[in-house]
Amino acid sequence: MTDTTTAAANGAVRPSTKRRPGDTIFLGLSTGAAVSIMVILAGVAIFLILKGLPAITANWSEGELAGYQNNDWASFWDYVGPLLWGSIWAALIAMVLGTPVAIGIALFISHYAPRRLAGALGYVVDLLAAVPSIVFGLWGIIVIRPFLLPFANFLNQYFGWIPIFADPVSSTGSTLFAGGVVLAVMILPIVTSITREIFLQTPRLHEEAALALGATRWEMIRLSVIPYARSGMVSATLLGLGRALGETMAIALIVSPSLIFSLRILTDGYNSQTIAANIALNFPIATDLQRSALIGTGLMLFVVSLAVNMLARYIIAATGPGAKGRRKKGKRS
Amino acid sequence: MTTTAPAAATEQRALTSGQLPRFIEPALAVGAFAAVAVIMLVLQAFSLPGWLIIAAIVYLLAIGVGSTIVEGRRRATDRVVRGLVTAAFLLALIPLVSTLLTVFIKGMGVLNWQFVTQVGGTTFDPNTLEVVATPGAWQAVVGTLIITGIAALISVPIGILAAVYLVEYAQPSNPLRRTVTFLVDVMTGIPSIVAGLFAFSLFALIVGPKAFSGFSASIALCVLMIPIVIRSTEEMLRLVPADLREASFALGVPRSTTIIKIVLRTAASGIVTGVVLAVARVVGETAPIFIAASFTDSLNVNPFQDPMQTLPVMAYTAYSFPGKDIDASQAQAWGAALLLVILVIIFNLIARIVAMVFAPKTR
Repeated sequence: MTDTTTAAANGAVRPSTKRRPGDTIFLGLSTGAAVSIMVILAGVAIFLILKGLPAITANWSEGELAGYQNNDWASFWDYVGPLLWGSIWAALIAMVLGTPVAIGIALFISHYAPRRLAGALGYVVDLLAAVPSIVFGLWGIIVIRPFLLPFANFLNQYFGWIPIFADPVSSTGSTLFAGGVVLAVMILPIVTSITREIFLQTPRLHEEAALALGATRWEMIRLSVIPYARSGMVSATLLGLGRALGETMAIALIVSPSLIFSLRILTDGYNSQTIAANIALNFPIATDLQRSALIGTGLMLFVVSLAVNMLARYIIAATGPGAKGRRKKGKRS
Repeated sequence: MTTTAPAAATEQRALTSGQLPRFIEPALAVGAFAAVAVIMLVLQAFSLPGWLIIAAIVYLLAIGVGSTIVEGRRRATDRVVRGLVTAAFLLALIPLVSTLLTVFIKGMGVLNWQFVTQVGGTTFDPNTLEVVATPGAWQAVVGTLIITGIAALISVPIGILAAVYLVEYAQPSNPLRRTVTFLVDVMTGIPSIVAGLFAFSLFALIVGPKAFSGFSASIALCVLMIPIVIRSTEEMLRLVPADLREASFALGVPRSTTIIKIVLRTAASGIVTGVVLAVARVVGETAPIFIAASFTDSLNVNPFQDPMQTLPVMAYTAYSFPGKDIDASQAQAWGAALLLVILVIIFNLIARIVAMVFAPKTR
């Protein structure tokens, strides 16, 4: 009895669920595309390891790698250490300079600018993201380097006792300071757009409640917007950090590098080199095994930025202002 | 009427007492900038950045102190924060304007029709025994278009299909969907130079040490472009109202036909906009193309063999590894940079126009 009714229901009511070849093919294609994302990401890791491993395991005291880049490295790890430090140091400088400005811009667009202008102002900041990195690099060379020289002298003169601003001050301006400023400009759009979006998601009622209790606009932001957006701000900062870690051209063009552990940011000869810039500068002239060493450093960069990005995404997913609430909002707009 | 008006007026005054006039902020800002300019000019120590910074500080101090005296600490903080936040936004405009101005001023002198259509580089002239630098970027224009074109051809279908899977097929709890969504997020954060190293390693293992080719650079760009396309397409597909899908299913239209004819068509303008913006994003990538396709001065139209020149790489190499005539090399670099910026602007305009003209009328 029940068998016949379900069979009838299947036949009569839902004729369209009959498998059609077009349906199967399309489902297969789109599933394949989704799976290919995993394949690509795995491929990136696998091929970097395959190509980088020879140099990682090589004996660095002989052959092509002996005295590579005018230094006697004991091993690959000895070589990648200062580079990794340089990448992180440069990215940190960019974060310190860029994040407060980015959050200020996001606040301005979301809570201070006139409603009608907000979209256009956001578009202006996004334009910064459209400028190719090479253009920022060239701009850094001819505009930022000379522009920062007086600041560098000032900082060294009055704050030279802090190791970061120690002597000798560069006369050309090819410093990590200049590179960090350009990096900061380059991460502004990503940090701004993410924090702006999160600021805009603050429940309207929280804001209005604060205002109704007599809070000024800043108090309203401090009491209702910032607590709500805190984790989003943290992860936006981390995403900006990830972006800054991988930026190549600005550093490669502006900074005159050394492969050392150094805190100094106002000098010519004591700027820590970053992984990405080091690859860009040395890749064309490297031999096969040296290329392998450079790819090995690239693998380290990949691992670090992957970790930073995963952490950022994890923070958004786990402690963000309710992933479910956000999705609802997205559908409504 | 006449009897209630005075009462209301006194009440109003009670509420507004201790408040600075409405126009105080712009007036004080103008005053601060003018005063600082005058003082600096009198001292003959005028500099544009110094003026802007000092005037901004003077304004913030003045509004802070003034407001504290008249309105109290809370309002003063509010006004100072408003000033700071506005300053942050104006500060961000400076690099944008400065960059574009610099590129246009520096590049204008080089850029002409001949520069675009002529293969440039340095050649040895056997008659005069001199190395001659010819300005020209045709080889880079061709390379950029070929490499970006191939990258778009590969990434767009993969990106759109993956987005269709994520939005149309997979249930929210589907483990594959959650993994892919997470990986796409992570993939957007891959450093661009790592994508270049990946493509180089891949081709070095397949074709041997002479692995530089335009196609290899395209693969590198795909790694960067696919997540952007997926993200934007996903967003557009989510905007398609569920009613449309349900109406289509109710008429007995199969799922694939519904997706192709209803969902994708409704979202078409948004998807195209996203794709064009993704192209604009990767067309300016320097590091991955530099690693995967290397650089050359000669024209190469075969993407599967030999190094290929592109605009961003040309700007980089001409500046970093200049020829004998350094000025000529730098001119080449600025010309290439300006061409690149113009290309990016064109792509952005196309995206805007597509978004405006072909937007579906949902309401």
